[in-house]
Amino acid sequence: MIALEHYLFLGAIIFTLGVLGIFLNKKNLIIILMSIELILLSVNINFIAFSAYINDISGQIFAMLTLTVAAAEAAIGLAILVVFFRNLGSIEVNKINQLKG
Amino acid sequence: MVLYSLTFYLFSSVAVLSALMVISAKNPVHSVLFLILSFVNASGLFVLLGAEFLAMILVVVYVGAVAVLFLFVVMMLDINFVKLREGFLQYLPFGALLGIVLVIELGILFLTDRSSNIYNNQTPLQPIVNEVENTKMIGQILYTEYFYLFQICGIILLVAMIGSITLTLRDKGGVKRQNIDSQNTVDASTAIEKKKVKIGEGI
Repeated sequence: MIALEHYLFLGAIIFTLGVLGIFLNKKNLIIILMSIELILLSVNINFIAFSAYINDISGQIFAMLTLTVAAAEAAIGLAILVVFFRNLGSIEVNKINQLKG
Repeated sequence: MVLYSLTFYLFSSVAVLSALMVISAKNPVHSVLFLILSFVNASGLFVLLGAEFLAMILVVVYVGAVAVLFLFVVMMLDINFVKLREGFLQYLPFGALLGIVLVIELGILFLTDRSSNIYNNQTPLQPIVNEVENTKMIGQILYTEYFYLFQICGIILLVAMIGSITLTLRDKGGVKRQNIDSQNTVDASTAIEKKKVKIGEGI
């Protein structure tokens, strides 16, 4: 039988990969947004694993909230990305301070 | 229960490998496709944990909406991705070291601290199958106990929608638009103009 720790370890690995993605792809804004999605996925895995092993359905409700926030964040992030690209013709993160509000 | 373990290891290894490919793929289109693979495998894990509704929602929301949105943006914008990968190899050794340290620390945390954990009670350490199905249970608790949370979710999505529309909306000059107000205030005296046309000539 798979213990809870296996799921937690899986979440930890995916979380680390997400953090590493932000760290390594410092210039590519799209990869950074995808890394944030990976981090939120690992949070979801933890929520649902605890929900299943404690036998409390509330964890799944919170996972749903995380899903909503992730979707909203992706939509707004990509909208900002499109505006940024339209203004500067590039999506390098170190140029993003030129947006100025 | 061997099948359960095998399924877990299959889904989780594919999820981890595709997450690795998301951050290391050269082409961002491949990154998005690996992100989709990762999410599908995570939803398989959710099915294993007995959260079928969340698994299906994950597939519908992420694969159906978010990942397609990413794909759309990646393909729509004409970006020089080679330039953006500068510094990837430069930071790789330090980043890999950081990642390994982080995973080992988290692993030590999970694998040793068994004395003070909150789930160490009479319930067995395994997913419990209920007779009420998962979707029904979520519905019963979401619309009663967490109703305000549910409404806040709706407001968050509304704000996100309005925000992204106002961010990307641009006003081009020279576009002919309907003016509803002037259309409504038109009456017969201004709408029709009488002209006398001479025979053999135009206006």
